[in-house]
Amino acid sequence: MKVKGKALKVGSNIDTDVIIPGRYLTIENPLELAKHAFEPIYPGFTEKARKGVVLVAGGNFGCGSSREQAPLALKHAGVKAIIAESFARIFFRNSINIGLPVLVLKDSQRNFDEGDHVEIDLDKGIIENIAKKKRFQIKPLHPMVKEILEQGGLINYLKRHVKRADLK
Amino acid sequence: MASIGKTLTEKILSRATGKGKLEPGEILGVKVDLVMIHDLTGAPTVKLLGELGVEKVWNPERVVVVLDHQSPPASISAAENQKLLREFVEKQRIKNFYDIGTGICHQVVVEEGYACSGMIIVGADSHTVTYGALGAFSTGMGHTDVAAILATGETWMMIPETMKIVVKGETPRHLTSKDIILHIIGSLGADSALYKSIEFTGEAIKQMSISSRMTITNMSVEMGAKAGLVEPDEKTYQFLNGKARFQVERVKADGNADYSEVYEFKIDGLEPQVALPHTVDNVKPVSEVEGVEVNQAFLGSCTNGRFEDLKAAYQIIKGRKIKRGVRFIVSPASRKVYLKSLKAGIIGGLLNAGATITNPGCTACIGGHIGLLAPGEIAISSSNRNFKGRMGSPEAKVYLASPLTVAASAVKGEITDPRRYLK
Repeated sequence: MKVKGKALKVGSNIDTDVIIPGRYLTIENPLELAKHAFEPIYPGFTEKARKGVVLVAGGNFGCGSSREQAPLALKHAGVKAIIAESFARIFFRNSINIGLPVLVLKDSQRNFDEGDHVEIDLDKGIIENIAKKKRFQIKPLHPMVKEILEQGGLINYLKRHVKRADLK
Repeated sequence: MASIGKTLTEKILSRATGKGKLEPGEILGVKVDLVMIHDLTGAPTVKLLGELGVEKVWNPERVVVVLDHQSPPASISAAENQKLLREFVEKQRIKNFYDIGTGICHQVVVEEGYACSGMIIVGADSHTVTYGALGAFSTGMGHTDVAAILATGETWMMIPETMKIVVKGETPRHLTSKDIILHIIGSLGADSALYKSIEFTGEAIKQMSISSRMTITNMSVEMGAKAGLVEPDEKTYQFLNGKARFQVERVKADGNADYSEVYEFKIDGLEPQVALPHTVDNVKPVSEVEGVEVNQAFLGSCTNGRFEDLKAAYQIIKGRKIKRGVRFIVSPASRKVYLKSLKAGIIGGLLNAGATITNPGCTACIGGHIGLLAPGEIAISSSNRNFKGRMGSPEAKVYLASPLTVAASAVKGEITDPRRYLK
């Protein structure tokens, strides 16, 4: 599985309230949600993300509330993957569960500039900064995590793996 | 070599995984004892169950549904979500349903005796960590994970490392557990406990009421923790006596347990603490922030909306008036808290002073339907998060503090050391 996009940089300790404020959480349509992604801190984000971006963040990305609407809003706004120095654990799980690749890379902030072309090979665990001709080998994803991502999320994964009888 | 003992976290997870020896970092299947969903995360959870073709939840006795986040609803979409959940609990025969006005999910789960020592609890809310105050391993997850648990009663977890935080020393007069946890978060940082389980111990923690311990464990997630626990003691068992709906396990950490880190905090002489905008770890002593004018003071939330908190705040409000131009919004954490405060004369006293009392629920903390802030406004709040836009406009600022500091600031109209009003 491969993903690519232009690097879009955000800082450290990005919380889920700034990714999608609480007042929008009753919105069901993910495309509607996506219109409000990063509204409090990043005017024009949705415009930029539309063509497909890879977010490059510092530490503790996605801290705060457990709202799964946060990764959903980012995914539907055009975020193809998120590279961060570390992730808040609920956000990390939620992203995988909805099929948004999240990758931990030390010094991620230093190695990418805004707009750099990024390519990620999830099978090999390789992140490439095409613009800077830099290659980073990361720990390959857990096979189950990789499969969940390939299936587009946990629900599709479960549909395939768990017999209906087990679910009822 | 002597064998290494287990932390409280490992004891509980060992039972839930059926595995004697646990290695931090390993991923294991875990049987879940209780699941909690609320209006904002519950509706998408239920929709996913439909998508999966699940007709029945794994065990309706082990599911709690609380409508608290935007209740009563302030929009048609919120009303639709709540309607969906009411229909869901009927269809699934879930008796443990608490409609609008009962209280904040975490307060209700504890008050109604669902959270017991030794249990594994998953909630579709990050502050599910609160139940660690009773010695439960409880953690928040997103709605897809929770849907999978509702279907199967199981989930996967990475065995966390355990961090020990010892709070030592004599608690200064008028210092609250909120000041202590803000001080800890300020010292260690918002990402200091990522993926870890925190065990809080030490004399100061032991002396605290269950309410105060809940404030501590509630905010462990603001350090990134997966769970935050206090070892259950006689106080815990007494609290659960006659209330517990499930088996109470007398679980303890081994004396020779292995912790990834141990931090000691001495709280002698500590002054009240305030978290400045826009991160919870941006903490300073109140003396460095005094004088900042506030437009709104909020007393409530799963962190500090209990009887103990309202009573503490009322010590300051009694016989005084809220400063003109300040909105003092008080949201009791539950109907029970509301009724008890009413009986104690606290609600009447707060109203006379000029407070706005809302129905029990999350209200202003989530910035969804009550008490939103305008651009340029400043709030002081007893809640848990001061993120940009959390309580309304992204151009507003939120300071976090104890119920005492919130009350003192509401009276003075600016951030104020509560000790100025207390003997």
